[in-house]
Amino acid sequence: MTKKDSDIAFNLISRQKINGLTSEEKLNFIIKEVKNGKILVLEQGLTPIEQTSLIERTMKEIEQDTFIGVEMEGYGEDTPTFLQKLFGMAKRPRMTLIGPANLLKMIKKDNDMIQTKIISGSGAK
Amino acid sequence: MGIFRKGRLSAIIQKIFGKKHAKIGIYGPPNVGKTTLANRILRDWTGDIMGSVSEIPHETRRAKWKKDVRVENGASSLMMDIVDTPGISTKVDFKEFMNTWGLTKEEAKKRAKEATEGVIESIKWLEDIDGVLLVMDSTQDPFTQVNVTILGNLEARNLPVLIAANKIDMEDSSPATLKSAFPQHPVVPISALTGYNSDTLYSTMIKHFGKKRKKKWR
Repeated sequence: MTKKDSDIAFNLISRQKINGLTSEEKLNFIIKEVKNGKILVLEQGLTPIEQTSLIERTMKEIEQDTFIGVEMEGYGEDTPTFLQKLFGMAKRPRMTLIGPANLLKMIKKDNDMIQTKIISGSGAK
Repeated sequence: MGIFRKGRLSAIIQKIFGKKHAKIGIYGPPNVGKTTLANRILRDWTGDIMGSVSEIPHETRRAKWKKDVRVENGASSLMMDIVDTPGISTKVDFKEFMNTWGLTKEEAKKRAKEATEGVIESIKWLEDIDGVLLVMDSTQDPFTQVNVTILGNLEARNLPVLIAANKIDMEDSSPATLKSAFPQHPVVPISALTGYNSDTLYSTMIKHFGKKRKKKWR
């Protein structure tokens, strides 16, 4: 069976996989997958500093006819409790959805729900 | 007795504990009114303006700054370098400039390329500022990833941020939504276009950006 052009690939990336990468490796991985038309659901997202770096990297990678940028939506960071802070736990990013901007569009987002839609016809390569 | 007058006392407190000079970046997504606000601040305190404004997104594609802008409120004041930054976004599509705004393909591609460079420049400026005036459009959903990312970045660096809930002159504006979305930061509803509530913005800027803070180095 041949793969259709409009097939859309979702990859769910585990916390372990993300935690095992350096910030630079995470960005390389995300950019590579998203440029290939994949939508990533990261079980644990990026820190705000990494997100800013991702925006910067995305701008450098934009190719006007083939890659116009990313759509990225996630929840804010989990704030540790007083006891967790005592044991040195820092804020932790939560689940994040990242995909190519020509394929994924955010509809609505609030504290409890992220609603997106897929723009068909630009699936994974 | 004069020393205890409200204005005098706050001026003395500022002199002892406060900053005298701060570099403040005006940040936000495209088309929220950053340059309109920068023009308002400069017109009010220097008689000058920062740059041109347009309804087409990404009008400001290079950062512009004005040094030594003294903003006063009674006996308190703060000297600021104001940096007007290009709008930050996660995508730039030249076709949008053609289809929505009627630019030619050549103009649209040029604008898109400059816009991507502008976003990079805005992010680079984050390393070199003391505080951020984050402009949000109070007629729009506040939970955009750009707003959340900028705020998270500033919190991680321990940089002070003041949210200007702009466009409250518009019928469908809802500054209360912004306030409830980001309760950890001061939010001042304004209209950069009409100047509404500018005095409150200026006094909050002096108070908020005048505090001494330890920067987190990353």
